[in-house]
Amino acid sequence: MNKNLRWVVLFAPLILFIALAVFLLKGLGSDPTKLDSALINEPVPAFESVDLYDTRIAYDESVLKGKPVLLNVWATWCPTCRAEHEFLNQLAAQGVPIVGLNYKDDSREKAVNWLNTLGDPYTINLFDPEGNVAFEFGVYGAPETYFIDEEGVIRYRHVGDVNARNWQSTLKPIYEQLKREAQ
Amino acid sequence: MNRLLLLATLLSVLVFSATAQDTLTRSFDSEQQRETYQQLIKELRCPKCQNQNIADSNAPLAEDMRDKSYEMLKAGKSKQEIINFMVERYGNFVHYEPPFTAATAVLWFGPLVIVIIGIGVAVVLTRQKKEQTALTPEERAQLDRLRNNDND
Repeated sequence: MNKNLRWVVLFAPLILFIALAVFLLKGLGSDPTKLDSALINEPVPAFESVDLYDTRIAYDESVLKGKPVLLNVWATWCPTCRAEHEFLNQLAAQGVPIVGLNYKDDSREKAVNWLNTLGDPYTINLFDPEGNVAFEFGVYGAPETYFIDEEGVIRYRHVGDVNARNWQSTLKPIYEQLKREAQ
Repeated sequence: MNRLLLLATLLSVLVFSATAQDTLTRSFDSEQQRETYQQLIKELRCPKCQNQNIADSNAPLAEDMRDKSYEMLKAGKSKQEIINFMVERYGNFVHYEPPFTAATAVLWFGPLVIVIIGIGVAVVLTRQKKEQTALTPEERAQLDRLRNNDND
């Protein structure tokens, strides 16, 4: 038999084993709670929502179109949301437009009170007591932040708090990219 | 007596798990619909809690998904329509039957490929053995000579 072929046959199982081991090890190191959103590169889903401060004001998905915007899902029962809130205030002060989605909060009063005390970084406050809007976005917890481009297409989803560190390293470049595309 | 009471409470908690209670408290138009609902909540996976279906999970999101499934069933949607609705929002992860995609190809075909390689290696190895035991023309001639000598 051909010498080379023999080597191939001999080492094929070993190579296959190594490939499989690498594949499985990669799975071991990844964070199982970080699921890819099913809606990446999809237009924002249609929804109807009311204003958190004034429930007579109604919004739909068009509030997320026209310029790159962040959609931040939050609630007063969520400690991590409180942790990220100060940084969201800073982002808003820098001119980053953030739409807030108040997700299944204990009460509207509590949510309004939170914004009055901690500051309101949001350009628009959507009120979603039943979680219907969030369901359309495939939200599975708070906080979550969606990056939406000028056309209203969801480009990125960040699970967990937005802070100075991950903003500098990951999120800011994504936002800058969306802004460049919009020009 | 107190201990008995405690035991009874614990048992009832076990028996009336989230699923049991959930299907008991909901009303269905038909037995068929109830069955479809039960299948659905066992087949849909809770995105928040990883390895639990939405029937067994008490996570708020699982609750929402049960409500949504129930609502849609009542509105006359089919099982597949509801599954598609969930997959559109939460991705393939949400269904316990993974579809065939590039990412899952390894899982579907991996075992088959490994078996085929195994068979291939076995075949090659036995062939090699045969080749080794086969005689060269010279050896055969020598063997024939020896045999003839025996006969003499």
